[in-house]
Amino acid sequence: MKIEVLFPEFGNLYGDLSNINYLKKCIPEAEIIETSYNSEPAFLKEDINLIYIGPMSENSQELVLRKLMPYKDKIEELINKNVVFLLIGNSLELLGKYIEKEDGTKIGCLDIFDIFSKRNMLNRLNSNVVGSFEDIEIVGFQSQFTTMYGNNSDKYFLELKLGIGCNNSNLEGIKINNFIGTSVIGPILILNPLFTKKILKMMGLENTKLEFEEEVLNAYNARLQEFYRKFIK
Amino acid sequence: MKSLKFYIALWGAKFSIVLLKLLRRNASSFPGKFALTIDSNFMEKISKPKTIIGVTGTNGKTTVCNMIEDVLRENNYDFIDNKYGSNINNGITTTLIYGVSIFNKSKKDLAVLEIDERSAPKVFPYLKPTYLVCTNLFRDSLMRNAHTEFIADILTNNMHKDTKLIVNADDLISSNIAPNNERVLFSINRLESDTLECNNIVRDIRVCPKCNTKLEYEYVRYHHIGKAKCPNCDFKNFEAEFLVETIDIDNKNMLVKNNDKKEKYYLPNTNIINIYNVLAVITLLKQIGLSAQKINNGLKKLKIVETRFSEELYEGINIVTHLAKGMNPIACSRAFHYAKNTTGSKIAIVLVDDLHEDHKGTENIAWQYDTDYEFLNDESIKQVIIAGPRYLDSYVRMLLAGVPKEKIVYIKDEIEATSKANLEGINKVVILHDLYSIEETNNIKNKIKSMIEEIK
Repeated sequence: MKIEVLFPEFGNLYGDLSNINYLKKCIPEAEIIETSYNSEPAFLKEDINLIYIGPMSENSQELVLRKLMPYKDKIEELINKNVVFLLIGNSLELLGKYIEKEDGTKIGCLDIFDIFSKRNMLNRLNSNVVGSFEDIEIVGFQSQFTTMYGNNSDKYFLELKLGIGCNNSNLEGIKINNFIGTSVIGPILILNPLFTKKILKMMGLENTKLEFEEEVLNAYNARLQEFYRKFIK
Repeated sequence: MKSLKFYIALWGAKFSIVLLKLLRRNASSFPGKFALTIDSNFMEKISKPKTIIGVTGTNGKTTVCNMIEDVLRENNYDFIDNKYGSNINNGITTTLIYGVSIFNKSKKDLAVLEIDERSAPKVFPYLKPTYLVCTNLFRDSLMRNAHTEFIADILTNNMHKDTKLIVNADDLISSNIAPNNERVLFSINRLESDTLECNNIVRDIRVCPKCNTKLEYEYVRYHHIGKAKCPNCDFKNFEAEFLVETIDIDNKNMLVKNNDKKEKYYLPNTNIINIYNVLAVITLLKQIGLSAQKINNGLKKLKIVETRFSEELYEGINIVTHLAKGMNPIACSRAFHYAKNTTGSKIAIVLVDDLHEDHKGTENIAWQYDTDYEFLNDESIKQVIIAGPRYLDSYVRMLLAGVPKEKIVYIKDEIEATSKANLEGINKVVILHDLYSIEETNNIKNKIKSMIEEIK
């Protein structure tokens, strides 16, 4: 079982690397490969069970884009081969068409998905999130300078009851095959044990008991109830 | 000659100060807000003192400002300050309104202003500090401050070219803001407690900003503070003009080298964070011509505000309160580090949720995973008590930090949680609390006292 974390020196802004630490506790036998900016991604040469990228600064986005651009075809191939991807925060934007800055200039992205983002550094958008994914509900947080636009209607990740979706709709993120990209940030796997179980299942691990499963479920249920009570009438 | 609009704004704001005072209401923010609403260029137009000392940065700006003000006051300087006002544009404008006559004549020659780093775009284009102390830059509230690159950029992009910076050479982020500005740097020599590896989760600069190569640290003090260099280019820490050569903890002093001169300074507090704060104060005050003797006269009379740190020996048990600013992973990590390292057989009571935020909405708890809860997993800490609205999240975080279940009490209500404290064999109770839970902290302290009385 191999998990590759791409560019952890950049993608670590909001406690997000705890997702990987948590997976390591849930699957002690997993090998965690931390690929730094100056190294070649492991997914080029070996089979990886989960490829993970966390949210990063705007400057880092441009660096990472430069790094990933030569591997665009390989990334598409892996998505088509059902390799599990988890991209959180603004790392999903890198796989869209472009990121548009405030002055109208565009940063070209990998153009794998029919989406694009508009950035406004003067306006930070914050929201709590509740959304349905298959038969479960996901809770979490968004905190971003960008809004995503484009077409995700046939490949969205979350159907939101609360939160900021693509085109300001209720459809958030991208889910296609085993690729999941979401603007939800932070310790999403710790906050969402049912989702973590789904990710593990996608990686081929059925019925894995999560670390501190009972306690994590209690916190999840309490947050879900709280969000419904406070924000969803 | 200023416009009529400006004077309407000024006189209206002055009138509002009188009115608010008559009504016994807080007049530290509204007058500025009013003036800026009437005239959006008000801050630029209002007369200002000849010398403006600004203090910004993620952590320590209030402490540094208070120290600068206290030392200046001790040496009979007359100045305006925003000590009792807010540190964003409304509060700073209010302070400036207090500082002028109704004819817009500046009453004083000096201002000491705490300036929120996130408010730089709304303040610096109109204020132009003569000196700006930037204490440090770390990640802070992610919802407001995003990340350090964002904060460093807005400081750089809004800095007046003539502002002289006072910055920490051991901080590779804040020492590099506004690269074209003149700067005076301070630093602390290598310490015994410095390590080769970073013991914290967060290090806000990991790669060289010039060539993206992984930085090599000669030593790490905490988080990204330390001495590093890029193995691939010339990026490294600046040399400091004010260098702490030695620290004498027992006698509460430090030796500071500046050029070829070495001077001894009193340390009101020997915590490393506060040593940096004092060093920033000394470096700044030297720029405006204060002698070591005058600075020491002021430093010796300082006392750290009790809401930030207090210690009371009660019936043989030391009760410590330590500020751990919620949603600020560095401040909390430093507080948890204190709880680990302070001597004694301890109970740690953790109340770091924003209790008031809970009424409005809910807190994004991602910051908990940037915070070193692992420091609370220490043999000397016999029990960890968690309270507050996010108690279930904190419990999970504590478990993932490796704290054994049997050591943890987790209950939402802080008094009920405190009542589970097992004081047997304990000689220190450390209450780690948020800025906005002073009343609750006092209640916890009183509960602990009553429990101590019961067992005596």
